[in-house]
Amino acid sequence: MARNERVAVVGVGQTKYAATRGDVSLPGLLREAVFRALDDAGMAMGDIDAVVLGKAPDFFEGLMMPEPYLADALGAVGKPLLRVHTAGSVGGSTAIVAAGLVEARVHRRVLTVGWQMQSCSEAMWALSLPMPFQQQLVAGAGGYFAPFIRAYMQRSEAPDDIGILVALKDRRNALKNPYAHLHEPDISYDSIKESLMLWDPIRYAETCPSSDGAIAMVLTDEAGGDAAARPPAWVHGMAFRSEPVMAVGRDEVSPLAGRQCAADVYAQAGITDPREQLDVVEMYVPFSWYEPMWLENLGFAEVGDGWKLTEKGVTALDGDLPVNPSGGVLSSNPIGASGMIRFGEAALQVRGQAGEHQVDGARLALGHAYGGGAQFFAMWVVGADKP
Amino acid sequence: MRDVAIVSFAQTVHSRRRQDVNEVELIQPVIQEAKERVGLDRHDIGFTCSGSSDYLAGQAFSFVMTLDAVGPWPPISESHVEMDGAWALYEAWVKIQTGAADTALVYGYGKSSPGDLPRVLSRQLDPYYFGPLWLDSVSVAALQARAMIDSGKLTQRQMAETAARSRAAAKANPFAQVKGDFDVEAILAEDCLADPLRRHDCPPVSDGGAAVVLAADDTARRLVERPAWIRGIDHRVDSHNLGARDLTRAPSAALAAHEAGVSGGKVDVAELHAPFTHQEAILRAEIPLDGAEVNPSGGALAANPMMAAGLIRLGEVARRIIDGSADRGVAHATAGHCLQQNLVAVLEGDG
Repeated sequence: MARNERVAVVGVGQTKYAATRGDVSLPGLLREAVFRALDDAGMAMGDIDAVVLGKAPDFFEGLMMPEPYLADALGAVGKPLLRVHTAGSVGGSTAIVAAGLVEARVHRRVLTVGWQMQSCSEAMWALSLPMPFQQQLVAGAGGYFAPFIRAYMQRSEAPDDIGILVALKDRRNALKNPYAHLHEPDISYDSIKESLMLWDPIRYAETCPSSDGAIAMVLTDEAGGDAAARPPAWVHGMAFRSEPVMAVGRDEVSPLAGRQCAADVYAQAGITDPREQLDVVEMYVPFSWYEPMWLENLGFAEVGDGWKLTEKGVTALDGDLPVNPSGGVLSSNPIGASGMIRFGEAALQVRGQAGEHQVDGARLALGHAYGGGAQFFAMWVVGADKP
Repeated sequence: MRDVAIVSFAQTVHSRRRQDVNEVELIQPVIQEAKERVGLDRHDIGFTCSGSSDYLAGQAFSFVMTLDAVGPWPPISESHVEMDGAWALYEAWVKIQTGAADTALVYGYGKSSPGDLPRVLSRQLDPYYFGPLWLDSVSVAALQARAMIDSGKLTQRQMAETAARSRAAAKANPFAQVKGDFDVEAILAEDCLADPLRRHDCPPVSDGGAAVVLAADDTARRLVERPAWIRGIDHRVDSHNLGARDLTRAPSAALAAHEAGVSGGKVDVAELHAPFTHQEAILRAEIPLDGAEVNPSGGALAANPMMAAGLIRLGEVARRIIDGSADRGVAHATAGHCLQQNLVAVLEGDG
């Protein structure tokens, strides 16, 4: 069988993320990201062959499957239009579905958008899912993930303040990212430590915000990447994996689906030592402690040692393995976009287009997203060089 | 392009209300049946993709729980579209084209019974201009039917005849919900539900689901004697703005049919996803089907499980090719109001 088409990211556009983007309509929010991505790619809507949209639950905006409605605003009339929904990982999954259309040579230029307008509703309740045979927690995602974090702390014997260090790093990184929702110049170790304990051990300042926002990317084939005005990011590997929310033997702290997804993507990208070979990681960390947890799950550290990388500053912007130079999910979280923001920020890094939070010499980057009960994973590796 | 075929199809017996089962219990036996028909178990499936809607389930992330029906352990490569399962099939077809999988399980399901479906579907309209009017799905369809009648393209009698023909055909479909012999004169004597639509012009409200297995190349040939090869598949969307559209047309259906290569040969059988009687007439004008048998299953007028009715059209055509009673068929799925979004696939048997 002929080799698959190479996929290039030639345009990335983001909105300013905010608690409430009351200045734009819903399609206006998407168009802000879309036109920035098209400008970056040197394209117009007419150049696009197909549009792939992704977002988390429709209840967040009170709109049922709004994609047909958005067709006009996105220039999709007369084109194929797909809508992906895979929980919190959806932004990553959507990018993968869009890239698949290029990889399979179905289309040459695909526009993909991840978005959410969380100000339309109270996400906390939408994220309080009833579990079969269990009393409904009604405590949001933080309430759901807190026990897994507690389990990690006990297993790894990590110091209690690792989460504080992650939050401090990500929120400081966000100051260098003009699109980030939270810009807190006065944030400090003590201010985080003294913030309200929401879901023990997760403090208010160690929790993602609820944001409005959208990100768009333009993906093209090899010829499109070669002809791009600005350096493209080449997709070296991509995959998604899912496992049940509950299963006997399932490890919620370091889910098998995450490990297998990473192994698949690394194999595609020819990565045998992720810690050495990857220059930067945009990782889905909605609660601070997930940084050390995913460092282990993704193979950057031995089991039980992830927190040591955080503590030593390895994951800082000037560290050996910068994690979330953009400020991450902890600084901006329009849920349906958050995964794609990780993918897009990884692309910006290897394109040298990340601005103030650019990691010097970044050539190979991982974008990572997870969702559901830490059961859905989507990842891609992008590089400055062709695979 | 790789040769990819539908090799198996299963569906629920569709009914107005399945209060005895939740979504997992509704779809799990169908998934099992689709796999067993071709002797596959869950470990043989390379990719899984489903279609469903949170608004029907009345719960955010509703598909998360339904994944239990697949038994995704050890972890699987899996995705979900908030669309009819026909588009999940499209995503799976693309995945197989990349070579990342040789087989795929696709399913779609919907329980419409817990809510007032026409009102629920009104939440899919433009939230600024149409949504606040709470125009329900039957009323929106009625605007389109009125446009068809006013333009002289269709009569209410022809609509009634479509209803009678579809429900009579459904007598041979053990999975259909509304079936039987209906008198056209009696239908025309009924009051309108939303002028000019009578009850018979509308689809039933259904609970149900369907599952399909896709396979590529030699895998497909090994699993069934006569795979239903997907020779073309394409989907397109039209404007959402009802006032800007000629509602008597569905250009996206014509474009999808062209891209899928419908006119490349004789069509033996077609399954059109036309929930309302007048929509079958629109689709017949947009998709070149000369002389084909249309909706032998009874179509969406006989059973309309949301998020599955489009996938069922693909499954019904595939079934006819697999059993050898048709050589070439066209399957169509729609989404949104007034046939706004359309998918068309051409399926063929060998020889």
